[in-house]
Amino acid sequence: MGEYLVLIISCIFINNIVLAQYLGNCPFLGTSKKMDTAVGMAGAVIFVLTMAGIITWIVDHYFLKALDIEYLRTIAFILVIASLVQFVEMFMKKMIPALYSGLGIFLPLITTNCAVMGVCLINIKEEYIFLEALIASIAYAAGFGLALILFAGVRERIILGRVPRPLQDTSIGLVTAGMLALAFWGFKGMA
Amino acid sequence: MIEAILFTLGLGGACGAALSVASRIFYVYEDPRIAKVEDLLAGANCGGCGYTGCGAAAEAIVNGQAPPNVCILIGPENVGEIAAIMGAEAGTAEPLKSYNNCQGGDRATDRFFYQGLNRCSAVNAFYGGKRDCEIGCLGFGDCVRACKFDALRMGPNGYPVVDRNKCVGCGACEKVCPKSIMEVRTMSQRLLHLNTEDDALSPCQQTCPAEIDIPRYIGQIRNKEYESAVDTIRERNPLLLACGRVCPHPCEEYCRRAIEDEESVSINQLKRFVADMEMNSGKRIPIPCAPDTGKKVAVIGGGPAGLSCAYFLRRVGHSVNIFEAMPKMGGMLRYGIPEYRLPKAVLDWEIQGILNLGIQYHTNVKMGVDFDLGSLVGAGFDAIFMGVGSWKDYRLNIPGEDLNGCYTGIDFLSRIGNQEKIQAGKRAAVIGGGNTAIDCARTLVRLGVEKVYIVYRRTRKEMPANEVEIEAAAHEGIESIYLAAPNQVLGDDEGNVKGLEYLKMELGEPDASGRRRPVPVEGSETVLDVDMIITAIGQSTDTAFCTKGTRMEELNITRWGTIDVDPDTCRSNVPYIFAAGDGATGPALVVDAIGGGRRAARAIDLFLKGKEVKPEPKALLSKRHIQESLFDSIPGVKKSKRAQMPEIPVKERITSFIEVDQVLAEPDALAEAVRCLNCCRVCYDPDKTQNAA
Repeated sequence: MGEYLVLIISCIFINNIVLAQYLGNCPFLGTSKKMDTAVGMAGAVIFVLTMAGIITWIVDHYFLKALDIEYLRTIAFILVIASLVQFVEMFMKKMIPALYSGLGIFLPLITTNCAVMGVCLINIKEEYIFLEALIASIAYAAGFGLALILFAGVRERIILGRVPRPLQDTSIGLVTAGMLALAFWGFKGMA
Repeated sequence: MIEAILFTLGLGGACGAALSVASRIFYVYEDPRIAKVEDLLAGANCGGCGYTGCGAAAEAIVNGQAPPNVCILIGPENVGEIAAIMGAEAGTAEPLKSYNNCQGGDRATDRFFYQGLNRCSAVNAFYGGKRDCEIGCLGFGDCVRACKFDALRMGPNGYPVVDRNKCVGCGACEKVCPKSIMEVRTMSQRLLHLNTEDDALSPCQQTCPAEIDIPRYIGQIRNKEYESAVDTIRERNPLLLACGRVCPHPCEEYCRRAIEDEESVSINQLKRFVADMEMNSGKRIPIPCAPDTGKKVAVIGGGPAGLSCAYFLRRVGHSVNIFEAMPKMGGMLRYGIPEYRLPKAVLDWEIQGILNLGIQYHTNVKMGVDFDLGSLVGAGFDAIFMGVGSWKDYRLNIPGEDLNGCYTGIDFLSRIGNQEKIQAGKRAAVIGGGNTAIDCARTLVRLGVEKVYIVYRRTRKEMPANEVEIEAAAHEGIESIYLAAPNQVLGDDEGNVKGLEYLKMELGEPDASGRRRPVPVEGSETVLDVDMIITAIGQSTDTAFCTKGTRMEELNITRWGTIDVDPDTCRSNVPYIFAAGDGATGPALVVDAIGGGRRAARAIDLFLKGKEVKPEPKALLSKRHIQESLFDSIPGVKKSKRAQMPEIPVKERITSFIEVDQVLAEPDALAEAVRCLNCCRVCYDPDKTQNAA
């Protein structure tokens, strides 16, 4: 049981997918201007990442490894993730149209989100068993969500502050992201 | 190898099958137009339109939540195609531009000392702002920060200044402004906007029947931006040369300077100054028009109301035909106002500028004689504007009125205006106390009549003519006989006039209009020795066309003989017929007709676009003022002398028809412009005027 707790904390904080591994920066900067969109995006990523993590693990374990065709891993994963995102998009358009229009262009962007691909590959590289892969996927996604929501909170405050002209908008966003990453660096001491 | 191929095929098949099933289950019907519109958008997903990506913008366009030109990156061609897909009128392709409505304001007193966050939104949340002015600019520049295109900056006086070339009309500034100071409007929307309670309106602008933004154009004169000043006036009044000469400037009655100083700002002289400047430069300032809408409007009457209505309709993109009964355009401006007040050359130049916008006109065609309603509808006109004026003189109904040497006012003036030679007598009497009577009298002096009398049945105090005109007439040796009611015209054996018999009057009880009613004194018959008499006691509308036309009987006529219209929309009981000017209101000022023409143009535009024809919500109708804007005193105003209008000496002017009033010289005009307090509703700026004065 303790092992899993360590895994969760490690995935959320110590190896945070955005702030420690620098994956998924595009939606991180793009959807963090407003808290509502950030929360929606976090939810979408948690859903997609969990599904992608499990399915890619199954594909890898029962097909690629069993058939000894691991060189097909990248292409197979891309196919799975892309289909999954399409599926989520269709699902949301029908069921949650408000969130769908709120996320707009960023939903299809998850297709090319390196965080999703990254987590799937990490799961394989670390040789997790199924349960570990499931927990790690959820935890990484939660870490992404945490970073995104924290960042959105900070950016909503930045809008109210006096920012020098050359640093406005994305520039100050990147600087702030860097400082957040430094703060997360502190969790390395726990490892 | 085989496994790899099989696996890839299998995985692809599985994904494809799953997605196919999902597509079937989660299918949402999407308007096919959305995809078409999206193809025409820039595809940059820049968010400049305010929607999340081009897909969302396309959806908003198709749902009618956004105009076809919402995308700031595409050109007019694509906008046109989108409009075509949407079936919208092409007029919407007109670009949006941002404007700042507040230019005064920093002198509106502070309500409290403010130390909080330097944002308009924050200040506004705090009791609606730190200034007493409820509608003015707060000056913290939220709009400047909201502008992504660097088109806004804070001006030297602490108000946002728009760079029209950089503005793309995205609307970000309007959205962020808590006071609706920043407005993003198309030119058409601005041209047809009527004064409302929520606008930043100075007392003079509230008073002007044409609703000209007076402080703005005076401010532009102060900064020597003469072309911009002309543009500002032209947004509300296309006849600035004519108005600059003949307008009795009701606006000056409400000028705040006059509350503390001896005289108001000479607003009309300044208008004439810039108008003359444009004419004398020999170069016409270009007047932009919106893209064609394909709608046709017939304007009947080429006078001030018709010209104004045609001008505004043309500028918002409709095609206009003017039908004029007289040989030349201009209506009362040409045939009612004498040459010495408004030279024909000036009028020609001004009318040509309006016709140059692409307005077709036909002269010598009379409604009810050469064409009627049926032929207009048959010719494909979508709406009709009637600016027929008031050309029928009232008659005295006294014996001897038809003797040789008797004329009526408008008839006489229009014949003079038409360059007809009229055999003038030696001694003449003009009956009436209005501007027409004075115009007739001053014209007679110039025709060489030795002695001219004005016979009026009340006293000078009750005379409806402009004060300056009465004075000018006295300077020219015209004698006024007050409290005199004509009794009969005396003639000689050959049927020529030889005298006017009148009764002396005295003032009795006040009547309905508040003026004391004149009562005749018994046995006071007096004979005035004259050989020419002009009756100028008022005019009515000639509605003879109503009986002759095929369907014109349907048009309602009021009991005063004017066309019956809703005064707020200028619409008659026939839905596609609109009317303004003297023909709808009875004899009034030129500037009233111009304002009416614009109001009618707005209603016609609404009608042609299939919208409900009604006045703007909160419109300031029937010459109402905003009460809080009327002050009793204004502290801090230093007195200064009003610029004196140069005039031609009496001796020179009574022998010819050359223009009497001359234009201000540039230094005088600039000094006069500085006298403007730059008022808005509750603010004014005495410091600026004092520094310069």
